[in-house]
Amino acid sequence: MQPMMELEALTKRFRHKDKAGRMAWKTAVDGLSLSVGRGEVFGLLGPNGAGKTTTIRMLTLLTEPTSGRILYGGQEAATHARMVKQLIGVVPQHVNFDQDLTVWENLELHARLHHMGRAAREARIRQLLDYVELSEVQNDGVRRLSGGMKRRLLIVRALIHRPRVLFLDEPTVALDPQVRRRIWTLVRKMKAAGVTVFLTTHYIEEAEALCDRVAMLAGGRLVDLDTPTHFCEKMGLSTLEDVFLALTGKKVQP
Amino acid sequence: MNALMDIWTVFWRDWVVLRRRLTKFILSRMVAPMLYLVAFGWGLGRSIQVASGTYLDFLVPGILALNSMNISFNSITPVHAERIYHKSLEEYLIAPIWPPAFVIGKVLAAVLRGLISSAIIVALALLFGAQIAFSPLFLAVLVLNCVIFAEIGFLAAMKISTYEEMGQVNTYILLPMSFLCGTFFSTHALPAAVRFFIELLPLTHTSYLLRGLGTGTAVSPLSLLVLLAYAVLCFAWSCRAFSHLRR
Repeated sequence: MQPMMELEALTKRFRHKDKAGRMAWKTAVDGLSLSVGRGEVFGLLGPNGAGKTTTIRMLTLLTEPTSGRILYGGQEAATHARMVKQLIGVVPQHVNFDQDLTVWENLELHARLHHMGRAAREARIRQLLDYVELSEVQNDGVRRLSGGMKRRLLIVRALIHRPRVLFLDEPTVALDPQVRRRIWTLVRKMKAAGVTVFLTTHYIEEAEALCDRVAMLAGGRLVDLDTPTHFCEKMGLSTLEDVFLALTGKKVQP
Repeated sequence: MNALMDIWTVFWRDWVVLRRRLTKFILSRMVAPMLYLVAFGWGLGRSIQVASGTYLDFLVPGILALNSMNISFNSITPVHAERIYHKSLEEYLIAPIWPPAFVIGKVLAAVLRGLISSAIIVALALLFGAQIAFSPLFLAVLVLNCVIFAEIGFLAAMKISTYEEMGQVNTYILLPMSFLCGTFFSTHALPAAVRFFIELLPLTHTSYLLRGLGTGTAVSPLSLLVLLAYAVLCFAWSCRAFSHLRR
């Protein structure tokens, strides 16, 4: 499979206060190297603090790596930032809407930031709001939406400019099973449309259901990388959850 | 072309918010200047002698300077909440925009608020009987003052971590400047050492320029240069602070 993204010895270190209150360095991601193919659904699994979100933040250019390289389609992300930003859509773990804008205005802001013309953006926003059944609340402030509505809105916002790579950071956390299934369907549609999907999740069954390949991360390091089926076969275990437990030594914490 | 579109997009977001709250914004902006004009212009001002004209004529440029400073600074500080609490700033950081466009768009939106507020003061001052000579240069100085303090507000929003510390900028920087930088009284009355320090501050030069231009007396081009230098330096520093958010 042709690589869409390549991570080469990606490392991120932060300054933080240690137990004694002294400033110290903490390594959140440690020499991570992997490659994600075009049109692949790639999952990053790991316990809390494994470095999943920091990895996504580096891949989406929100955080600068301390060392290492990120390549998109063979191009260095650090020197082709604008190209990379046109290519990617990001669904963060936290709700980060503009609280002073309505549902429609939040989507319009995103479309304008991606230089979409008026006719194109209005048609696209209408289409996506219909798709996730949020047209009724398009003129409401985002503060008034329920948790599930906010999550759906986060996803459609990331899709407005038709990204070729979609990042989903814990996309279904704290959602009811019905909304979770709808998001899974959406991810499968993205894959069918040739979009590369990079997702982090706490839910093992989500990784099993959606991902072509899964990377296990612990303490900022890559523990192993394989397809969910191969993981189980080579370790002689019946579920990906058992594999996760065996590799990271930790239980899944939703 | 894209850079202009990016600036417009950032400005558009603030305009949408302002348009929705325009009446509230205008009404709330009338309170402080009205109090200043009544207390210092009508009340205290009748017993104060100034070199030329009335104390009200002397006072209005000072109020314009301090009010445009406060409004433009405070208009941009919600960027702090966008960065720290709502994290909505990430939308701009992951967007394929020209990074300085974010600074320029936010500053322009704050300048607009500063100018609306200044227009309210001018209207009230004229109602109170003040005599002020308006000119394009007078407007340019006002805009420059708004630009400088919007940029300082932007810098504070980029650098400061908590709401409490944002409040301290008001207490330790804006409030002393409001009273000391030639807004309510002439700095000529101050000791030379204090005056030297005060003349390093941008609001002093805005007060000098607005008062000189408003009363038709000579102004120093040096004051204009000081304001331009502040505007350019604060812009460069703001752009740097925005790009450093990724660290």
